[in-house]
Amino acid sequence: MAQVNTAKLKASNRRAGRKLGGTVAIFLFLTVLGLFMLFPIYLAVIMSIKPVEELFIFPPKLYAMNPTTDNFSDMFEALHQNRVPFSRYVFNSITVTVSVTVLQCVFASMAAFVLAKCKFPGSRIINSIIVISLLYQSNVIYIMQYIVMAKMHLIDNPLALILPSVASPLGLFLMRQSISQVPDSMIEAAKVDGAGLFRICWQVVMPNQKPALMTLVIFAFQAAWNIQTGSLIFQEQYKTLTTVAAQTAASGMARAGVASAVAVFILIPPILVFMLAQRQVIETMAHSGIKE
Amino acid sequence: MAKTAPAKDKKPGRLSMLWYAVKRNKGCYLMLAPFMLFFIVFTIIPVLMSLPMGFTDFNMVQSPKYVGLSNYTTLFLSDKVFIRSIRVTLVFALFTGPVSYLLCFLLAWLINELHPKLKTIFTLIFYAPSMANVYTVWQLIFSGDLNGYLNSFLINLGLINAPVQWLTDSRYILGVTIVVQLWISLGAGFLALRAGFQNIDRTMYEAGAVEGIRTRWQELIYIVIPSMGPQLMFAAVMQIVSSFTAGTVAQNLVGFPSTDYKAHTIMTHAYDYGWVRYEMGYASAICMILFLAMFICSRAISKLLSKYND
Repeated sequence: MAQVNTAKLKASNRRAGRKLGGTVAIFLFLTVLGLFMLFPIYLAVIMSIKPVEELFIFPPKLYAMNPTTDNFSDMFEALHQNRVPFSRYVFNSITVTVSVTVLQCVFASMAAFVLAKCKFPGSRIINSIIVISLLYQSNVIYIMQYIVMAKMHLIDNPLALILPSVASPLGLFLMRQSISQVPDSMIEAAKVDGAGLFRICWQVVMPNQKPALMTLVIFAFQAAWNIQTGSLIFQEQYKTLTTVAAQTAASGMARAGVASAVAVFILIPPILVFMLAQRQVIETMAHSGIKE
Repeated sequence: MAKTAPAKDKKPGRLSMLWYAVKRNKGCYLMLAPFMLFFIVFTIIPVLMSLPMGFTDFNMVQSPKYVGLSNYTTLFLSDKVFIRSIRVTLVFALFTGPVSYLLCFLLAWLINELHPKLKTIFTLIFYAPSMANVYTVWQLIFSGDLNGYLNSFLINLGLINAPVQWLTDSRYILGVTIVVQLWISLGAGFLALRAGFQNIDRTMYEAGAVEGIRTRWQELIYIVIPSMGPQLMFAAVMQIVSSFTAGTVAQNLVGFPSTDYKAHTIMTHAYDYGWVRYEMGYASAICMILFLAMFICSRAISKLLSKYND
């Protein structure tokens, strides 16, 4: 089932008049550009496995002559030296990331559905407020947000890392744009069948929104994973893995290699989630092809 | 529920009409409620609190003092660095904005033409830079000594015979910043466009072929773009925000302040006044001007796209 049905795809390509030569040209073009895009990341990975004496030599090498895991072990050692056990940071990061991602997706999907498909007093104003809030950036907002959170006694409370992120205007805007493409007839038909809004949203509309939803999962996970506890949390036991890793990179022991190790290490979970989410998208497409 | 029907009288006033409409759409409000609750508390209220700050003198220690329009008059009449930062921001935004928008769209489209397994890999390759935080590596590439990758590469080729100060020479700063900005710019907009392409029904292409569409180019014009309006708008908003508010790239790469203010954007200027000098009132006046510019720009693009898609 997970297997993409290649034969069907080929047939479809033939019917659409696709030529193989064009596809190969596109592939080559993307490969060349892709190598350029990957180059700095490749260098970061190489730097993270270079011993310190290889970091600054002329001419700089594009590979590590004596690859080492010292930078990573130094990083983990620094992380282990804290008063709080390492597993605690992992637990904190997972809690924050999972709750933010799930709540953001659920809240944004429901709100996006009614904003895209229902007309009710206030819907137009809310739609424009969402876009305006994406455009409005001010360095004072964070101060005001801090004041609001302080009034709610959220400072130094683990909820401070979750609650401000669960309503994301970016996520709502993304989902609304995508849901607006669902034909109205589909929703009318479900209404005639007696389905309520909640059921229409989750059983009729959302199953067709996997590409957008999975994109939102990627954004939400990435943002939540990178939340820095900053001035919101002071107790070591509530800090997240990314925060302490960044602290390690910035602390006195930071050789350029350790900083790279931190950058590479922090990048791994978002990449894994990205791969899983993208696979979901492509599998759905294979399915909807069968359904049509 | 049943009580609502008799309550409706013969000639309803505007308010009771509104009330009736609100009641009838109870379900909508219920589904909107969880999002709006958190959105109002953590976004709307802070934004509303920040709006009047541009008209005050606020140093974060004393409470804000109302100063009328003086922040704005100072900005335009006597802040030479601000005028300079407008120019930098415009050059930067007018170049990186459209270029990366086109790049997002072009790449999302080309990737879509490939086999499903390759799609995931290529999407990851192009999206990865926006996830990664590797300024150290870019500093190493553009480093001004012989150890810099670019310098040693050019010297080996014999194109230059002394290292170039990429990050501090005022001739190169803006160019270097633009390159790195373009590198990380395939972000939210790019992924949203990829998702949009996935939504297009494959049978549309087949139908197109039957109706005489010959090349992929024609497919793009007649099938793809008309059915991607919402995603194109989303990507445009993302692109506007990231190109107008750019500043972190330059700050991390060419230093702050940059030589001769060559990479000093409006956002960098706001950062300077807000977090270095603690003149928050002035800084939020700067942000307000930036917001107005982005708002006008997004309205224009929205008009343009809706015209095209009708």
